[in-house]
Amino acid sequence: MDDVQITVNGQVRGCDGAGPHTRLLDWLRAEGLTGAKEGCAEGECGACAVLVARPDGPGRSRWTAVNACLPAALAFDGQEIITAEGLGTAPGPCAEEDLHPVQRQLADRGGSQCGYCTPGFVCAMAAEYYRPERDAAGSGRRVETGPAVVGEEHAADRETGPNGFDLHALSGNLCRCTGYRPIRDAAYALGVPEGTDPLFRRQGQSAPAARPTRVAAGGAQFVRPATLEELFDRLEHDPRARLVAGATDLGVEVNLRYERPPLTLAIDRLEALRVLDVGPDRIEIGAALALTEIERGLAGRVPLLDRLFPQFASRLIRNAATLGGNLATGSPIGDSAPALLALNAAVVLASAGGEREVALAEFFTGYRQSVREPGEVLRAIRIPLPLAGHSAFYKIAKRRFDDISSVAAAFAVKFDDRPDGRRVSAVRIGLGGVAATPIRALRTEQALAGRPWSEEVAVDAAAVMAAEGTPIDDLRASARYRSAMLEQSMLRFYAETQAGPEVG
Amino acid sequence: MKSLADRPVSPVVGLEVAHESATLHVTGAALYTDDLPARNRSVLHAWPVQAPHTHARVVSLDGTPALRVPGVVRVLTAADVPGLNDSGTKGDEPLFPAEVMFHGQAVCWVLGETLESARLGAGAVQVGYEPLPSLLTLTEAIEAGSFQGHQPTVSRGDADAALGSAAHRFAGEIEFGGQEHFYLETQASLAYVDEGGQVFVQCSTQHPSETQEIVAQVLGLRSHEVTVQCLRMGGGFGGKEMQPHGFAAIAALGAVLTGRPVRLRLNRSQDITLTGKRHPFHARWEAGFDEDGRLQALKAVLTSDGGWSLDLSEPVLARALCHVDNAYWIPNVRIDGRIARTHKTSQTAFRGFGGPQGMLVIEDLLGRCAPRLGLDPAELRRRNFYRPGQATPYGQPVRHAERLHTIWRQLFERADVEHRREQIAAFNAAHPHTRRALAATPVKFGISFNLTAFNQAGALVHVYKDGSVLVNHGGTEMGQGLHTKMRQVAATALGVPLDVIRLAPTRTDKVPNTSATAASSGADLNGGAVKDACEQISARLAEVAARRLNIHPDDVRFANGTVTGIGFHDRDIAFADLVHDAYFQRVPLWAAGYYRTEGLHWDGARMQGEPFKYFSYGAAVSEVEVDGFSGAYRLLRTDIIHDVGDSLSPLIDRGQIEGGFVQGTGWLTLEDLRWDVSAGPHRGRLATQSASTYKLPSFSEMPEEFNVHLFEQATESGVVYGSKAVGEPPLMLAFSVREALRQAVAAFGPGGREVQLASPATPEAVFWAVQDVRANATASPADGAAARPETGSAPSRASTPGH
Repeated sequence: MDDVQITVNGQVRGCDGAGPHTRLLDWLRAEGLTGAKEGCAEGECGACAVLVARPDGPGRSRWTAVNACLPAALAFDGQEIITAEGLGTAPGPCAEEDLHPVQRQLADRGGSQCGYCTPGFVCAMAAEYYRPERDAAGSGRRVETGPAVVGEEHAADRETGPNGFDLHALSGNLCRCTGYRPIRDAAYALGVPEGTDPLFRRQGQSAPAARPTRVAAGGAQFVRPATLEELFDRLEHDPRARLVAGATDLGVEVNLRYERPPLTLAIDRLEALRVLDVGPDRIEIGAALALTEIERGLAGRVPLLDRLFPQFASRLIRNAATLGGNLATGSPIGDSAPALLALNAAVVLASAGGEREVALAEFFTGYRQSVREPGEVLRAIRIPLPLAGHSAFYKIAKRRFDDISSVAAAFAVKFDDRPDGRRVSAVRIGLGGVAATPIRALRTEQALAGRPWSEEVAVDAAAVMAAEGTPIDDLRASARYRSAMLEQSMLRFYAETQAGPEVG
Repeated sequence: MKSLADRPVSPVVGLEVAHESATLHVTGAALYTDDLPARNRSVLHAWPVQAPHTHARVVSLDGTPALRVPGVVRVLTAADVPGLNDSGTKGDEPLFPAEVMFHGQAVCWVLGETLESARLGAGAVQVGYEPLPSLLTLTEAIEAGSFQGHQPTVSRGDADAALGSAAHRFAGEIEFGGQEHFYLETQASLAYVDEGGQVFVQCSTQHPSETQEIVAQVLGLRSHEVTVQCLRMGGGFGGKEMQPHGFAAIAALGAVLTGRPVRLRLNRSQDITLTGKRHPFHARWEAGFDEDGRLQALKAVLTSDGGWSLDLSEPVLARALCHVDNAYWIPNVRIDGRIARTHKTSQTAFRGFGGPQGMLVIEDLLGRCAPRLGLDPAELRRRNFYRPGQATPYGQPVRHAERLHTIWRQLFERADVEHRREQIAAFNAAHPHTRRALAATPVKFGISFNLTAFNQAGALVHVYKDGSVLVNHGGTEMGQGLHTKMRQVAATALGVPLDVIRLAPTRTDKVPNTSATAASSGADLNGGAVKDACEQISARLAEVAARRLNIHPDDVRFANGTVTGIGFHDRDIAFADLVHDAYFQRVPLWAAGYYRTEGLHWDGARMQGEPFKYFSYGAAVSEVEVDGFSGAYRLLRTDIIHDVGDSLSPLIDRGQIEGGFVQGTGWLTLEDLRWDVSAGPHRGRLATQSASTYKLPSFSEMPEEFNVHLFEQATESGVVYGSKAVGEPPLMLAFSVREALRQAVAAFGPGGREVQLASPATPEAVFWAVQDVRANATASPADGAAARPETGSAPSRASTPGH
């Protein structure tokens, strides 16, 4: 077995003490790097955020902020990590003050009170500071609405500072003390990285390649297969294996429900699962691409997904979480499934025996269950082209950002504009949070297909939609509210298609 | 003797300085209690055995299976307790209970070489339970007559008679939710027996002295055998005033029994399920107004949900009753209070300490009654403000009542309210599915512990021969900036630059018998004590300087690290040189400072007196936008003017105001504690026990435009350097958001009707309120004014809707 090594703040550290279930955060803290904190252990608060050098095209890397509480330490074999301690130094008996620009701004502007969340904020903010696309020259502070949102009355999906700082970079960090204003001010006061900044320069080189990793300890194994073939081989030999990519779901199970899978197979760096291909009649998205990578790679090509991304958890989560993971866990409240159902997507299941394509509508079979066989891996997601002309994604939750859906509804509709008025020529509606699996709103689709797009039809369809699924009462919402939100989503979709410019 | 409020020339207080630990925070170098185990060897880890019942007798407990789990070292049970098996001060909180009183209560603890072994060991402990019937909701407890503690009453005048003769009389009811502290750092202790044989506990606690007392109580030791240190906390908010004691005692017990350091850190789910929260309340009220909308009478019964034990429920209730008036003169009052006993976590202190709950009752009442009185809610509020010369229902004159009026007027000007109301009306007319509204609410909050004895503090200040200064005081740092302010106070009192002063962590062997850092009083009390200690030293140094300068000691001046005489321009002494001289003249260079708040009196039995040193004032105006499709909303803009006296540290005070406001907004709109109240197998289980189910405000909840202004020319006489407390009062400025939501909801209909809004006003709650308004808008006027009679606002006998 190769020795597992992780480079932290430029120093190579052996990883002998870490078992298959030791989280990156716990390993860092045991190493004496106690800056990163555990606030929630489920990727909600960001107190544990650190920076990882991730690939960013040929010969480039990108400092990517991730939650350290969720992934296994062993998943970072051969990788480079920066923590708050590595960004700068406080004055002390053996040190001169040497603060990173992000740290300087936060410290001077009252961005920390109790300070417990601060190292995580520092890392999330530093990633945005180094983001190559950040328009630091300043095209002016702007509050943008989502592409399909009509009128200023709708919630801003994005907020950007005068220095191009996207405030959503901090949507996965919670602070209980400050009320956030000084943190926002600190973020918006950041300048441009200097050319001599070593972390800035580091982005001009490739990220470390993933290393095949095999560690067994305490009756459990962590394996990063070198190839797809090795993956299939191990899957065949141990059907109990848990596949893990971003670990944003499995990490929660380990931390909060104390699951200890005997074999974890890390698949997130396998190239076969990381393709992004836009063809003439379909888009193929690798199952192990992080959502942020997809968002960047598609660059607005799928408007419905553009409306989904800002609503999908937080940037910290999207930097690790994958579309494949979100589908394969089969949660009825996963946010991508309703959107992909509306887009008529299919999944590609791969095994030693070959590949098969399954329509997403036939993929889910029950609560957190799917047609995926034990030996199969969800390799890619395919979205057929052309896209429907009009789409929308409505997520209903208690909190505007980084919350779990009470209800999610995605619309993809093709209209036929005739002299006598507009008709619905094709419609797909995906729903989450109203049944044991994500579902299509088939009866509502029937109520719309071929009908004139009038208020009367929309109101009737809304009433049909209110009865879709079998919503329940739980801590997030009442069943009554969930049904009402289905109805209201249809009414809103109608209103939006009437009110303004053509919707995505 | 110098006046407490007077500032010398070039004071360090009042300067805008960053948090004393800011550079440590941002570099990850600031140490918290649970950062210490990584620096200690052979630390044991503790894990609780949490009962899967809401109310049950423990009929058997067998820890031996746990001892067979590899790595398990010890199972701690009631039989191990050498002292008293109780983690509280009232004798009603057994540390190892024989009767489970809430779902998830810890019945015993397992110590392991690793956290994993302790967890697996806890799973192996065999516990037999005999389930018992449980009471969960306030309604269940009230129906069952399940109450605990005192049932105080605040009264003045004849409320019944005044109600009978009032021109308008309304009645209502409201039940509203509590709040989880969700300090980012969960409860943490690290205990060991030190090289001197004493029990040393590193603890994240707002009340080190009481943690020390409880540890001693459980171990059967005297206080001088236990030392508690609090480095700093990753947030407290009241949740570490009483709650840490039992966990510290478990760690200390384990350390004493095993001879090894024991770490007890709760993970988030354990913290949420084991520790107390802000008290939910139920209130039933009747109010009478005169023809002009002036309050004539208020009768109310407030019932708090105290959970399973008293903890701080009595003083929380007392503060609630003392704040039902908020900023309003009510000539005839009778407010009865009681504490329900339910099978839930024992609810405890939380920023505001009952004050927010009391104020919610009157702000809700005014928000509901305004349309029925035909008055703009802001005008109704203003009309009822206290005026100089008036007193609270408990008999305390409302000093500086004129500030309410001044703040209100300034706020409306600064926030451009009149113009924005026009813009809002135009916006609403142009948008069929969206409504905007703005609302303003005031705050008057009494400062001092209601219990007079707590209003004292100590400090220990050392000046070393090189002129450097080390300050200890009894207060704890939880992010509120107390240490920053204390450095500024010490630098001001000694006339030295800030970098001369270093703050040491809070320890019970430095300053004994301290009060909790709570009730917003940290800077007032400890500032008084630090200043006293520094002035003792500077008085002695003045004598040394006077001899050298050949002047009277009273004419010696200390400023910016130099010591000189009045009117001297050419002769001065460096502070460090003077200190050096003083040492060789055998002058003591350290002092213990002490402060007690003057002029307080409180009769808790009669609920009368003057319990507060002064009142803090403020007001906020908030504008919201509500989406009619979902009930979701945005907070577009908030403007605040708040009275902090003459600020000791403006950056810190602004941070407290903004942070308190957002935390209050979280309580009122988003943070939603849900227990399983069904009769099913998980009855009593807290459903929202993680960050994914209990949502805190994030960036998206911050006001998009946020303007905070400190009230000017606000010197508070009798308080350290003329300042005022700031920790709690701004939380209650968040009522402006709740009232703005109510008004935005009302704008979906024709207006003129009472709008009821649940608390927290989640998007779902707002949606249903909108639906009610829409339904009423299409119903006939004869349907009556009450929007949802089932929740208790039956129109009262004498009510006359609208003018």
